[in-house]
Parts: sequence; C-alpha cells; structure tokens
Amino acid sequence: MYIYDEIDQQLVNERVVQFRGQTRRFLAGKLSEEEFRALRLRNGLYVQRHAPMLRIAIPYGLLSSTQLRKFAHIARTYDRGYGHFSTRQNLQLNWPALEQVPEILAELATVQMHAIQTSGNCVRNTTTDHFAGVARDEIVDSFVWCEIIRQWSTFHPEFSYLPRKFKIAVNGAAADRAATAVHDIGLHAVRDASGEVGFRVLVGGGLGRTPVIGHVMQEFLPWQHLLTYLDAVLRVYNRYGRRDNIYKARIKILVKDLGPGKFREEVEAEWVHLKDGPATLVSEEIARIEGRFTRPEYAACPATDAVHDAALEADRAFSNWHRRNVHPHKQPGYAAVTLSLKKTGVPPGDVTAEQMDRIAGLADRFSFGELRVSHEQNLILADVRQSDLHSLWREAKALDLATPNVGLLTNIICCPGGDFCSLANAKSIPVAEAIQQRFDDLDYLHDIGELDLNISGCINACGHHHVGHIGILGVDKNGEEWYQIQVGGNQGEIRPGPGASIGRIIGPSFARAEVPDVIERLIDCYLDRRDSDAERFVDVVHRIGIEPFKERVYGNTDQRSSHRRRQLAAV
Amino acid sequence: MATLIKDRRIVADNWLLSRRGPDGELPELPSRGEVIVPLGLWQAHRGDFLARSGALGVWLDSHEDPAAIASDLDRINLVAVNFPKFGDGRGYSIARLLRERHCYKGELRAIGEVLRDQLLFMAQCGFDAFALREDQDPDEALAAFDEFSEAYQTSFVQPVPLYRRRLPASRP
Repeated sequence: MYIYDEIDQQLVNERVVQFRGQTRRFLAGKLSEEEFRALRLRNGLYVQRHAPMLRIAIPYGLLSSTQLRKFAHIARTYDRGYGHFSTRQNLQLNWPALEQVPEILAELATVQMHAIQTSGNCVRNTTTDHFAGVARDEIVDSFVWCEIIRQWSTFHPEFSYLPRKFKIAVNGAAADRAATAVHDIGLHAVRDASGEVGFRVLVGGGLGRTPVIGHVMQEFLPWQHLLTYLDAVLRVYNRYGRRDNIYKARIKILVKDLGPGKFREEVEAEWVHLKDGPATLVSEEIARIEGRFTRPEYAACPATDAVHDAALEADRAFSNWHRRNVHPHKQPGYAAVTLSLKKTGVPPGDVTAEQMDRIAGLADRFSFGELRVSHEQNLILADVRQSDLHSLWREAKALDLATPNVGLLTNIICCPGGDFCSLANAKSIPVAEAIQQRFDDLDYLHDIGELDLNISGCINACGHHHVGHIGILGVDKNGEEWYQIQVGGNQGEIRPGPGASIGRIIGPSFARAEVPDVIERLIDCYLDRRDSDAERFVDVVHRIGIEPFKERVYGNTDQRSSHRRRQLAAV
Repeated sequence: MATLIKDRRIVADNWLLSRRGPDGELPELPSRGEVIVPLGLWQAHRGDFLARSGALGVWLDSHEDPAAIASDLDRINLVAVNFPKFGDGRGYSIARLLRERHCYKGELRAIGEVLRDQLLFMAQCGFDAFALREDQDPDEALAAFDEFSEAYQTSFVQPVPLYRRRLPASRP
C-alpha cells in the first residue's frame, strides 16, 4: 500500500471541506444544476436512474483490508448494504443520498481514500495490471508509476476542464494485462539495451462509440521525461480537442483528425519547451514513492509444498479452482489468488457488506492485509503462501467467492446496464446470468478454454464489449432491447497471439432470449474448427475470420434473410 | 457592473471591455483609453493602437492563439482571456503559455463565465485578475483561493513541483 504523507492527507481533507461547501451552496440554490454537476462529477457523484451513484476511487486497484472494511461500513450505513466493483477498478455505490455524500467522503478520508476525479472531464483513476509487484514477467512495479501519475493528475490546474474524460493505463510487465491499447494514453514499461527503464507511449486508443487501438507516439520515452511528456500530450489535447460535440471530444478523435504523425509533431513542438524543465523526474523521487509503499515480508519457503501437492491430487474441486484462480508469483512458495465475483445469479462485480468484511478478514490472514481489484471485476489476494491455498479455498467457497472460472467464458465483464444505469439502452446483467446458466458445466467450460465474454448495455462500452473475444452490446430499436454480437476482440497481448484488437459485428442483432443460443453456436463453431485445445477462441477467429462463425449463427444466405424478416416482423 | 478581483482583493474596475457584436463582427475603434479590445480588432489596427497614448488591453477568446500577441506583450497593459463556458478549459493553457512561454508580466484577467469554483485553478495557471460573472458573491469567491494549501504539479505560481520540495523522503 502507498501510505499518505501529511500533504497527501491534507489535500484529501481539504477536498472534503470543499465539496461540503459546494453541496451546501447547491442545496441553498446558490449553484445551478449545471455548475454543481461539473463539481459533483469530479467527486464521483452521478445522478442515476433510481438515486445518485457514487464512484469511489481505488487508485490503480490497490486497497487495504482497513479500507475494504470502511467500504462495508459505508455500504451498510449510507447505502443498501452492497457495492459494485467496476471495470475501472473502482467501487460504486448505487443508492447514497446526495446530502450525505460529503459525510461519506469524510469517512473515506480517514482511511486515505476519496472519490476524486472518478468522473468528469478530467484525468481519471489510472489503472494497471492486477498482478503488479508480484508477476513473474515484471519489468517495473507499475504501482509506483501509477502513484506518480496519481499525484500529477490530482487537481491538475491546467487539465481539470478537458474536452472530455481522460484515462491512462500503465503496464509494467511483459504481458499487457492493463489493456493499454484501448486507453487515451497507454504506457507500457520497457527496458533498453542498457537496462534503463522507459515507456512505450500509446495515445488515442479507446472503446465507446468509436473503438480504436492507440497509436505509438514514443517507442522509448526515458522515465525521467514521463510527466513532461504527459503535460505536452494533455496540453495539445486541451487546446485542440473538439468541444462542440461530446461524441467527438475524446483524444482519439483529435489523433484521427490530425493523423497520428501530425499529432506527434504537435506534441513534440510543445514538449520541446517542457522537456528537462522542473517537472522532470529524478531518481530520488522514484525512491521516495517506492519507500512509501509497504511491502509484504515474505517468509523463506520452498517453491513446492508436499501437502499442497497432495491436496491437489486428492481434491478435484480444489484442483479445478487452482487451475483457474491461482496465478504464479515471483516469490517462491507464494501465489496470487483471484476471488471470483462472478457467481451465477449475482451481478458481476457486486459484493455485499458482509462479504467485504469477510474478504478483509481473508486478506488479513492470508495476504498481508492487502487486495486488488482487477479490471475484470474480481478481487485478487496477491501474496498467498502456497501452503495456505487449500484453507483459503475452503473459506472462499463458503463465501461464494470461489467460482473456478477466471479466464473462462462465464467470467463475464458486465456493466450495471439498464437495471441501474440511466445511459443504458438495454439490460446487461440478466444476459450475463442467462449465459452463465447455459454454460454451467465446468468440464465443458474448461474444454472451451480461455475466453473473454464482455457485455455492455450501451455504446459507452463500460463492459468493454469491443475487446471481448465475444462482445455483446445492448441496443435500442424502437424502445425494445436487442443485442448485437461481435467476435475477435482482444484486450491486449496477454499471451503470445493476436495483440489488442476490436471485435467485428457478426450481423443483425438478437432478442435477449436468443443470446445464449447464439453464444452456443459460436462455441460449437470454434470447437469444430480449432487445431488443438491450445488454440483459443480468439486465435481461431483471427485465423479463419468471422465468416464461418456468421454462417453457424445465421445459416446460409436464405436462412439469413428469413432471420431478418422475422426480426423486422417482431419490431 | 461585475465585480473584479485583483490580486485577491475586490477592486474598482476602470477598464471598458469591448465585445464583438452578436454575429462576431468587430466593434468600433474605441475613442478613449483603458479599453480591452478583441484580438481581431487589435490585429486589424495594430499600428493605430501602438501610435495611441494611454493604456491598452487585448482579449483572447478560448480558441485563439496567444502566440498572436507574443511579440507585442511589452506594449499591451492588460491581457484578458475569455471563458465562453466555465467548462471550456482552454483558457488555462492560454494563461500558462502567456506567462511561462511568452513571459507576460502584466495583468492577466479572466473574463466570461468566471465562477468561484474555478478561481483557484485559474490563479495557479497565472491569472491575477478575475472579472466575476455578475451573479457571483465576491466575498464567497475570495475564499476559493485558499481551499487547497498545496498542489502537486508545476504551475505558474509554483514552478517547482511538490515532489522536489518534499525531498528528502519522509518514510512511512
């Protein structure tokens, strides 16, 4: 955990006082709806379908058991006893009262937390790999760089009223587990021949209405220049990004309109003035930030544990869980564990206050009191001793957190959708549930192998449907909910194979009840066409294209036109 | 008349702001001094303005480039930057460019939708004068400058970022 110093704490406290005053002025009629909106959003407060929604920041997805217990307390005291972990590694409360939000922020500040810039047209929470600091393929500990960016972006005076929201992701490992290619800025740590750290900088990626893979602006930006380069990119965006049309205001549109080459020139022209200026990073600062992170004190233990191995042999349910939910660790004798928030029947990412308290207990006993939120909406205990895995599994199972489906089809990423969100065109949670029910046979799921299935309830793509190997998008047609299916998306190069890519739509959309059948047909097609079980669904789509999948779903041309007729008749 | 905050005090404002017409047309050349004219008028009559005696101000709209007046900044007494909407953040970059790149030392005034809750960021970027929108409570607005005691970033008012000031490390 990064531990605040006095100044970090003071700024968060001052933010609470500021927002308390703003809320008071709004309630007294001294601030208009529109003016207050801009202020409340940058404190995470939305006005939603049923009630306000508060999005609490979990910087780069890292939190302590103390903080999680505070969430549980807040969920019980100010809300309906549960919260929702989002794909931005944040926590959302769906029912707080506007008048009480300053109180909630004050409670959060006591455990070094806040809701700063979790919404609004500013730099949002920086996200990263949920295995940062423990991954075997680590290049740098991305948490350190995320914290540097957190400080740089917090209350940035020049970049607090950008044309639109701005999302940065940092990846510090060889595999890209942070989806850097689909962020406004993606930073991928690399080392040059001499071992010096730098960043490959991608700009202009994103999902939403116009999904784009980011363009490489720098192959190797030496770490000292990180902040001045970010300043240069943001200044070009702040000055020239479109402000006339909310749908064309993201940086990806500016990069596209100027062309990546011209955009790079603009940034370089700006950077010339900022490079080597006072914002240039120095190694003492990196060391200072590193020094403020607490580190687990690992016990020296053997890389293998005979009792653990025997349990794997003896207990099939345990070994199934181990196979999917336990991940390698750079420290011998330790492992990282995913606690699944994807049990069938529970909206993906939802956790009750009771579970939060229990999970905090698990973190204390098994993982040095820390946990992480993954952008796949699960929780991670990153530092578990191998010899503890069996006990942890039994307890996680009792809490319904041991669904052994990480990386599999039923580990669905899903936005809150039409059940909760005022932007949604369609419900997403019932679709996730129907698919999970259809694919409830674990052996079958394991046979299908790794598959990301992502669902968004509208074009804003909070459920990351564009980068699901199978993506489902809820659309509205004359007031009815329909679902468009795409295949071949990929969030990034997590293993050798296709890099980040945007899925392609297979054809006309479906009614909600048809969706599980469609998924089944896509899976059948994949199973028929794969070379071996090492070839994933997404690999097959990239190898053979979408046509065979299309044909399996819609049939030949005649069958397609009859599907179309049926659909038109239904509308 | 709208309230002016200058150097964190409420002061009388003697300047006349010369706006463009409803269709963006340039105003007449002002007869008296102490006028803040649109950039376009300044560009069209630069020679006349320079030959005139008396104080002169120029205002930039949020889409206009401060480089357009960079070489004349020592002859302009006041530069104003318009915020057509409070959410239009281009003026913050314009202010920093005027101050930090073009080394402008004179009064830098925020005009347009200048609201209490944006004053601190504006000040950090280099504005020292604020023509508040008419409905703003000036006393309430003065409190905005002290809402935060520190800032992490480099800015015009604090060119040295916080991290360079708080080294060496205090360990947790």
